[in-house]
Amino acid sequence: RSPRLPARELSAPARLYHKKVVDHYENPRNVGSLDKTSKNVGTGLVGAPACGDVMKLQIQVDEKGKIVDARFKTFGCGSAIASSSLATEWVKGKTVEEALTIKNTDIAKELCLPPVKLHCSRKEGMRNISLNSSMEVY
Amino acid sequence: MLLRAAWRRAAVAVTAAPGPKPAAPTRGLRLRVGDRAPQSAVTADTTSAPEAGPVLRPLYMDVQATTPLDPRVLDAMLPYLINYYGNPHSRTHAYGWESEAAMERARQQVASLIGADPREIIFTSGATESNNIAIKELEAAIQPDTSLVSVMTVNNEIGVKQPIAEIGQICSSRKVYFHTDAAQAVGKIPLNVNDMKIDLMSISGHKIYGPKGVGAIYIRRRPRVRVEALQSGGGQERGMRSGTVPTPLVVGLGAACEVAQQEMEYDHKRISKLAERLIQNIMKSLPDVVMNGDPEHHYPGCINLSFAYVEGESLLMALKDVALSSGSACTSASLEPSYVLRAIGTDEDLAHSSIRFGIGRFTTEEEVDYTVEKCIQHVKRLREMSPLWEMVQDGIDLKSIKWTQH
Repeated sequence: RSPRLPARELSAPARLYHKKVVDHYENPRNVGSLDKTSKNVGTGLVGAPACGDVMKLQIQVDEKGKIVDARFKTFGCGSAIASSSLATEWVKGKTVEEALTIKNTDIAKELCLPPVKLHCSRKEGMRNISLNSSMEVY
Repeated sequence: MLLRAAWRRAAVAVTAAPGPKPAAPTRGLRLRVGDRAPQSAVTADTTSAPEAGPVLRPLYMDVQATTPLDPRVLDAMLPYLINYYGNPHSRTHAYGWESEAAMERARQQVASLIGADPREIIFTSGATESNNIAIKELEAAIQPDTSLVSVMTVNNEIGVKQPIAEIGQICSSRKVYFHTDAAQAVGKIPLNVNDMKIDLMSISGHKIYGPKGVGAIYIRRRPRVRVEALQSGGGQERGMRSGTVPTPLVVGLGAACEVAQQEMEYDHKRISKLAERLIQNIMKSLPDVVMNGDPEHHYPGCINLSFAYVEGESLLMALKDVALSSGSACTSASLEPSYVLRAIGTDEDLAHSSIRFGIGRFTTEEEVDYTVEKCIQHVKRLREMSPLWEMVQDGIDLKSIKWTQH
């Protein structure tokens, strides 16, 4: 392995905001809330303020088990916001079973999260838990 | 001896006198930063594609991390980077003598700022090295029960001023050595090593509009404080810090200290006004904002605010036109929130929500107003995206929730 690392790795843990991550904040999609009392809506809340990470994910499912709408709200870093935003984009139109196959690493790869942000894609594990809790509620 | 003394006098009188033009280099040294367009140092693939026009760089509001060179400091340094390049320890020719004279003049400038004798100032590579020398003194102590108290004068994260004079008094009465890391305080608040009974002090060049790579340690002579050298070699700096003293850098440090001594009162007044403006304008437009640190014993140029229900790193990302820093976990290598905020008992969620605003000598009112405006705008926006804010608006007490662990 060459001893000369590319500049970006050497400068870790610099916060290099990939434009995809910034885009999810500047052009937010699916930020908001669905009616949590509706029987078609599942709500999941994971994380803790003390950890600097809280994610709320909601999905609206039709009679056939297909996710027709999704909303998120996140208290967390830029990568966490982008990850949850992307998750809501991806689950729309999928069935609940299909949605559960989305992996943390897929999201991290799509957003080009640098290695230091892997804990954010671990947050994607949280997203999965959140999604699961949403399913359960539903 | 006479010739050396004459050079010393001549060097004192030297201003930026142009010397003989240096020969043109045969191989050009390509500068990394072109002086054509103000390119940002951020790597290319994280910003939008470079456009034809000039690229704007963010406003600089992070003076606790480092400060720009004061132009007067650069003026003082240039002759020693170009023409007067002698080794200050060379005793046999004019190059050495003029360099030595400049070094001693810089030493006097540093000493004068803190009320010390020039013989008590040792040049180092920075406050970190100075701290190491001071702490190592513990091992050089003669009595087994001699100890050392080491306290920061002004904290770099929240700007709190420690009661240095009182601590000095206690240490002196108990015959305990007192060291203070004054990197954020020198040249910003009045310091006097004798009034405050300080035995050892660390000084940093690049925190006071001087160059990077240089600092100093103040070591009291009466009563004598003995330190052990960290690095050995040719015995320079009274044997306490071997290595050729970098004349251009220490000239810069000296000039920075002299400028700071002249400007201290004016800077403090101006910075206080700007700080007041920033804090008032933010707090009157945003609810649930907490200022971290004691408001009374506080250096105004370092403002640490927590914006509840908004995570610090996301706010820094949103405020991309302003260079700021945060005490939140995501911005530190260890992913732990600021130890300083934890130590003062800040709630962990607020520790994740903190931002540090640095106001310095060159910060303008417009920069402050722009920062305030953007901060208000983006905090509001991020709160709209925050599940915590939503829950609070619904009247839920966040402390009553059982959060999931992960």
